Amino acid sequence: MNKILILAEHDGTTLNPGTAKAVSCAAAITGHGGGDIDLIVLGDGIDAVAAQAAAIDGVNAVLATNAPHLAAPLAANHGPELAAAADGYTHVLAPSSTYGKDVLPHAAALKGVNPLSDIMAVDGERRFKRPIYAGNAIVDVTVPEGSLVMGTSRSASWPAAGDGGSASVTTREAACAPAEHTRYVGVETSGGDRPDLQTASVVVSGGRALGSAENFEIVYDLADALGAGVGASRAAVDAGYVPNDMQVGQTGKIIAPDLYLAFGISGAIQHLTGIKDAGTIVAVNKDADAPIFEIADIGLVGDLFTIIPELKAQLS
Amino acid sequence: MNDHATAVETPKEPREVMEYDVVVVGAGPAGLACALRLKQLDADLMVAVIEKASEIGAHILSGAVIEPQPLDELVPGWREAPPPICVPVTGDEFWLLGKESKRKLPTPPQQNNHGNFIVSLGATCQWLAEHAEAAGVDIFPGFAASGIRFTEDGAVGGVIIGDMGVARDGAHKDSYVQGIEIHAKVTVLGEGCRGHLSKQLIRHFGLDADSDPQTYAIGMKELWKVKPGKAKPGLVQHSIGWPLDNATYGGSFIYHLDEDRIAVGYVVALDYADPDFVPFEAFQQFKHHPMVRELLDGGEIISSGARALVEGGYQSLPKTEMPGAVLIGDSAGLVNVPKIKGTHQALRSGMLAAEHIRDKGVAEGFDAALRDSAVVAELRKVRNIRPGFNKGLWRGLLTAAIETVTGGALPRTLSNHADHEELEKRAGYHAPDRAWVDRDLPPRDRLASVYFAATEHDEDQPVHLQILEPDVCTTRCTEEYGNPCTRFCPAHVYEMVPDGEGQRLQINAANCVHCKTCDIKDPYQIINWVTPEGGSGPNYQNL
Amino acid sequence: MKILVGIKRAVDYNVRIRVRSDGSGVETDGVKMSINPFDEIALEEALRIREAGKADEVIVVSIGGNEVQQQLRTGLAMGADRAIQVDTADTLQPLTVAKVFVALAEREGAGLVFLGKQAIDDDSNQVGQMTAALWGRPQATFASKVVIDGDSATVTREVDAGLETIEIDLPAVITSDLRLNEPRFVKLPDIMKAKRKPLDVIALDELGGHAGVAPEAGHHAPPAPRGGGIIVEDTAALVAELKNRGLV
Repeated sequence: MNKILILAEHDGTTLNPGTAKAVSCAAAITGHGGGDIDLIVLGDGIDAVAAQAAAIDGVNAVLATNAPHLAAPLAANHGPELAAAADGYTHVLAPSSTYGKDVLPHAAALKGVNPLSDIMAVDGERRFKRPIYAGNAIVDVTVPEGSLVMGTSRSASWPAAGDGGSASVTTREAACAPAEHTRYVGVETSGGDRPDLQTASVVVSGGRALGSAENFEIVYDLADALGAGVGASRAAVDAGYVPNDMQVGQTGKIIAPDLYLAFGISGAIQHLTGIKDAGTIVAVNKDADAPIFEIADIGLVGDLFTIIPELKAQLS
Repeated sequence: MNDHATAVETPKEPREVMEYDVVVVGAGPAGLACALRLKQLDADLMVAVIEKASEIGAHILSGAVIEPQPLDELVPGWREAPPPICVPVTGDEFWLLGKESKRKLPTPPQQNNHGNFIVSLGATCQWLAEHAEAAGVDIFPGFAASGIRFTEDGAVGGVIIGDMGVARDGAHKDSYVQGIEIHAKVTVLGEGCRGHLSKQLIRHFGLDADSDPQTYAIGMKELWKVKPGKAKPGLVQHSIGWPLDNATYGGSFIYHLDEDRIAVGYVVALDYADPDFVPFEAFQQFKHHPMVRELLDGGEIISSGARALVEGGYQSLPKTEMPGAVLIGDSAGLVNVPKIKGTHQALRSGMLAAEHIRDKGVAEGFDAALRDSAVVAELRKVRNIRPGFNKGLWRGLLTAAIETVTGGALPRTLSNHADHEELEKRAGYHAPDRAWVDRDLPPRDRLASVYFAATEHDEDQPVHLQILEPDVCTTRCTEEYGNPCTRFCPAHVYEMVPDGEGQRLQINAANCVHCKTCDIKDPYQIINWVTPEGGSGPNYQNL
Repeated sequence: MKILVGIKRAVDYNVRIRVRSDGSGVETDGVKMSINPFDEIALEEALRIREAGKADEVIVVSIGGNEVQQQLRTGLAMGADRAIQVDTADTLQPLTVAKVFVALAEREGAGLVFLGKQAIDDDSNQVGQMTAALWGRPQATFASKVVIDGDSATVTREVDAGLETIEIDLPAVITSDLRLNEPRFVKLPDIMKAKRKPLDVIALDELGGHAGVAPEAGHHAPPAPRGGGIIVEDTAALVAELKNRGLV
């Protein structure tokens, strides 16, 4: 019988969607051998978060641990707390966010466990798939019987579990003393109006077909309407339409947004290397033979100067 | 120096200096053989090898079937611990192809490969470099010899390493590091075909005053993993004919390696006349001939690349010495074209240079020693075969037969002409009907091919393809030749893009695979290839 | 203060990764190997800290057979003072690697263990966190700015929410993110000097040997090819499809 504990991620008031995705990953494990899924929420004054966690489909119980030293997401405090809570569980999971990746390996070390990063598929209670070499190879890994399974679930690989659940919420006392050697100063949320290209969940990208830096404005307009990050192909960068740091691809940024919209990008292999892990790829191009249509999930053959304004109007 | 030479500015601070007895430019077979031989002859000699590739072998591309005799001399016992890819030749085939037909011809005697080995020359150079390092040679991959250091009396006195961390506009980035000078009693140029320092020095010292112009070809190569059972390890196949017209010299090679790997390549002489000809396309067309396609279908391309090679042979051999420096290997131009081989010549010339430098301590006298050696004797014997093809395939084959039977003893020497002068202007030129086929084997296009070359350049560095007269590109060249750089470059470096009413030349320098074809074939000779930042360029694997 | 920098020998980031046809792993024959790029950034930062007078010695550490000496020599050429090779023929799990770093940190009395946030081969992103946990010292992962101030450090971390700042007491573990710095070029004369710098070899067993249960790596496969998408007729159909899939 599996007993799975998931480390919930939140900002003090709102649960991060990665948590519900980790629940889907856990459900895939219980789907193989049955079992229960519990969530643990670490923080201070987190009743609202615990309630959100309890509403996730498939969750059995929510453990809420409130303590002043847990208010900030410090691995020095959250790591030992997670390790202490892990007793009695067969699996401990966390979202593969910077928070999950910071805390879970810390807890795993305390438990004497080698964790698995970025679980993308579940083939059995102890059999998983995870990407290595930047997703260029997928490896099957098996955790031997008797060993606690700890790992992070790759967000792009799992849908968020629904929110129709009604799990119990239990208060759990903090087990570990505060770490004095680490002090939280604060977080400065990414400035600017536009999400960062590398972490945005939606990215709008333009290629050389835009024709000029001025014309590229329509790409920004659409991105802003969608709350999306903006990228570009190397051809657009080389032509001087946009700065180099917007380049997506082999020699630019490797990104994995949930939705990638490519306008006027032919789809050179170097560009495709940068988006191979994107959730859904939408391609708009005049040339029906452009290679990008071979890998796009949704393609539209047509003039981007017509389509972009239409899209903006219909989506905003 | 004339205006084509790279200007090396006098630095504000004096450059740091390292002293060696001998500095070798280029870690190819010639340079490594020279360096290793020097240490074998005198372990006290201080020898450095400078290599612009990020690691040894990463810029090396060749067929390659090699004659092993020089290796027997240089690395005794090598057959017990051979390079990583080394397959004894088991058979030779020579084909004449039509668009869909094939006819087996008798293998020309020069191409009999019994006793030879198929290798990856890149992997072989890595292996050779390990031997050289073990012998005490200092090998520096990732550093480009970008300039020549002249002594006060005008002799070559070493090389200047290129600066690192220079921005596209010439400004120094935070990472800026000034290149050092390497001073040496003798500088050995083993840069390979059309080396950019060798080119400057040949001009500067007029080394080609008494020889025909050098002639060249472009070689393109791909390494494939084919379906199990298709490769016949040790089989060597060459072809002539389709997809080239009879007026264009060139042909293919298919070398069957172990582990289901096949090296497939195509060589086109750069004296072709058609301004609209695309050598890369000819190679891809060849892969779709039924004979080749059958081999590659269901396989996977592993790596690809391109490199110019010399074809001028005996007539075009420049003087190979100058005050303070010697030319070896393809920097001199020692490929035996009828044999389709140059590695044994490179190794031999490197070893000969080592012996000369050890005995004499100077460059002087090397040219005579080289011309007295088996290296040049072999070139002299076959000197008329390649130029015989200047009159087309059939006349060429006839000349080849005559010259082979007589062993080159006829009292005649056919001459060579500069490749860039052979290109015809578009007006009035009628290209042969090529009847090329639709293709579907990878790579789709040149950009995709570059991907398999794993080429990499920091984009924020000065463009290393210097256009000496930019106005010519958008005026005369567009009118007369239709910008052939956009076609002869195998890496899609040159692009004409719309610019307002007209168009402009865009140089995608980051794609460059350092093949040097542009420097050679440009009809106006206004493209000057210089070394980019050290460590830039292709990262060939087992080519 | 001594800074210990871990540098892993990994397939160079320019190499196109190919999975072996028998699924036993990725092709590494004849493949270029380099210092893991994040580790190179960690080393650069350690060198800058030393050059700012805030550390006395930078020690590069690599784990593996004699082939890792190539990367250690590169580290020495960049400016590290000495090198340690932890000798083993095995592929190690993160827990064992973390124990090795703790053992070395204690043996050397290191004030800082500086690592890359992850290696670009196994992409685990674990060793720094695990080292800190086992050592009982602070961890500052994903660092994009590091300021050393006496016995403590202020570290800016690149987290999903933005830039987080924490203050840690030394000794501590810091792992570098991409934007921390741009590593220097190696100077040619420094390559020669590096050949004369000390490089000690320590057997893995001397530092405690293997730890924990290793997950078993089985079959390797290339990622599933993309494709099989649909072509829609117009913008309205595209919008409908996006809404249908819950993407907008």
